[in-house]
Amino acid sequence: MIALRPALPIAAYNFATFRQNWKGATFLYVISPLLFLGSMGVGLGGLVGRSRGAIDGVSYLQFLAPGLLATTAMQTATADMTYPIMTRLLWNRTYEALLNTPARVRDVITGELLWLTLRLLAVSALFYAVAVCFGAGRSPEAVLAIPVAVLTGLAFGVPVLAYTATTRGDNGFNVLNRFVVLPLFLLSGSFFPLTQLPLFLQAIAWALPVTHGVELCRALFLGRAGSAASVGHLVALLAFVTAGLFAAQRTMTRRLVV
Amino acid sequence: MIEARQLSKRFGERIAVDAIDFSVGRGEVFGFLGPNGAGKTTTMRMIGCVSPVTSGQLRVLGMDPATEGPSIRARLGVVPQADTLDTELSVGDNLLVYARFFDIPRREALRRIDELLEFVQLGDRVREQVDSLSGGMKRRLTIARGLINNPDIVLLDEPTTGLDPQARHLLWDRLYRLKQRGTTLVLTTHYMDEAEQLCDRLVVMDHARIVARGTPAELIAQYSTREVVELRFADEARDSLAASTFSDFAERVEMLPDRVLLYTRDGEGTVEALHRRGVAPASVLVRRSTLEDVFLRLTGRSLIE
Repeated sequence: MIALRPALPIAAYNFATFRQNWKGATFLYVISPLLFLGSMGVGLGGLVGRSRGAIDGVSYLQFLAPGLLATTAMQTATADMTYPIMTRLLWNRTYEALLNTPARVRDVITGELLWLTLRLLAVSALFYAVAVCFGAGRSPEAVLAIPVAVLTGLAFGVPVLAYTATTRGDNGFNVLNRFVVLPLFLLSGSFFPLTQLPLFLQAIAWALPVTHGVELCRALFLGRAGSAASVGHLVALLAFVTAGLFAAQRTMTRRLVV
Repeated sequence: MIEARQLSKRFGERIAVDAIDFSVGRGEVFGFLGPNGAGKTTTMRMIGCVSPVTSGQLRVLGMDPATEGPSIRARLGVVPQADTLDTELSVGDNLLVYARFFDIPRREALRRIDELLEFVQLGDRVREQVDSLSGGMKRRLTIARGLINNPDIVLLDEPTTGLDPQARHLLWDRLYRLKQRGTTLVLTTHYMDEAEQLCDRLVVMDHARIVARGTPAELIAQYSTREVVELRFADEARDSLAASTFSDFAERVEMLPDRVLLYTRDGEGTVEALHRRGVAPASVLVRRSTLEDVFLRLTGRSLIE
């Protein structure tokens, strides 16, 4: 169903754009985990550790790092699937030009998601490397948290792409960032165990993909992934990606083929 | 190359293109003429296989856009109304990324880019950012982009709208050279001089329908006279004038807010006759009939509103 070859030019297109500012982007990918793990993990973690001992039997940094890995993927995916897509959809009308070539709407979607996957892979791998330097993620299966983070990003990014294709401007993006992405960043169980939250917030958290990503990444980091829950998380993430794909095909077609 | 029969497009309740018939042959320059909103762009988008046909038949290069869109698009060059260039990329990269969509190998693409930028006189600007180009240059770059796949048909939607006269003439010159090479060109315009200069055949569209068709000369012969006398009057004099004042002197009279047009076979003769009758306009211009006159006749209004 998904043909990769006709989608490659879109990924190449993204690469040509990325080449213009790759230094800045890469710097950001390294500096933000450094900052977060340094300040929250070591600084805040030191404080937490003194008063409570440990969370789930591990140090705060061990607890925090995998959660941040997953939420960083979510934020990267959201950023990539909002403004850059809107630029090509509306402001530069790039897609209009590209659809004059043999490319079809589904190729555009596949190509953009292929590029998003590569970006997420880079972000997650760099984050993982930084986390390992801080002493987190030392279990052998921890490296699998990289693909899981990529999947978490996609589980968020693909539905966001579908949403972006329905909007006529960037007003919705502020709402998305302030009322969805930021609360999820704080409340998805990356900074503290979900059980600290009131039940209804827990329910909301579980209904969205990023919590599953956080839990699965953490299980992998701490070497506790071999449970039925892990399979459940994986299925949930895949379900969001699949539903997002169908939605995106629908909304992008409606937007571009008139 | 293109065959349309009863071709229609509807957006909800609005009919954008209403059962039009036309065909374009190999090597021809074919024009769609009409005011904004007449359905020209929609027709172009259907030919370009980016807008699905609502009803009627359309064949492009012998294929059906509904089922063979990608194969058709591979052989089309499209120059859209708005420049859809990527402002984040350089001139050369804009063409290079576009070439990939046609499966053109990199080495071949680079060769064509050199050649095309030379052709549109942007050879020295390969590395420049698109943002720094003037309107005319952007247009030429968009044309170069449309030619990257050596298309059999080039679709140009209002290629010179918004350009200054020099830029327009340069563009016409390039289009004329394409025509000489045997490329089939389909263009829309609301400039009469553009249509007269470039088109072998054209159709005039108004309110989603084709209201006239033929070569520019045929259209003028059929819907206008050989010459036109344009009279301008001082404001006070203008108020007292009626079409009947002139009906003896011309085959047809058009009363416009700022001038009076007299359609006649012999312009000088008409002017003399007016003088003898004591009609004293502030200015007189005798000119050949143009497609603008045809359009005025067909739709009862000026082309650019």
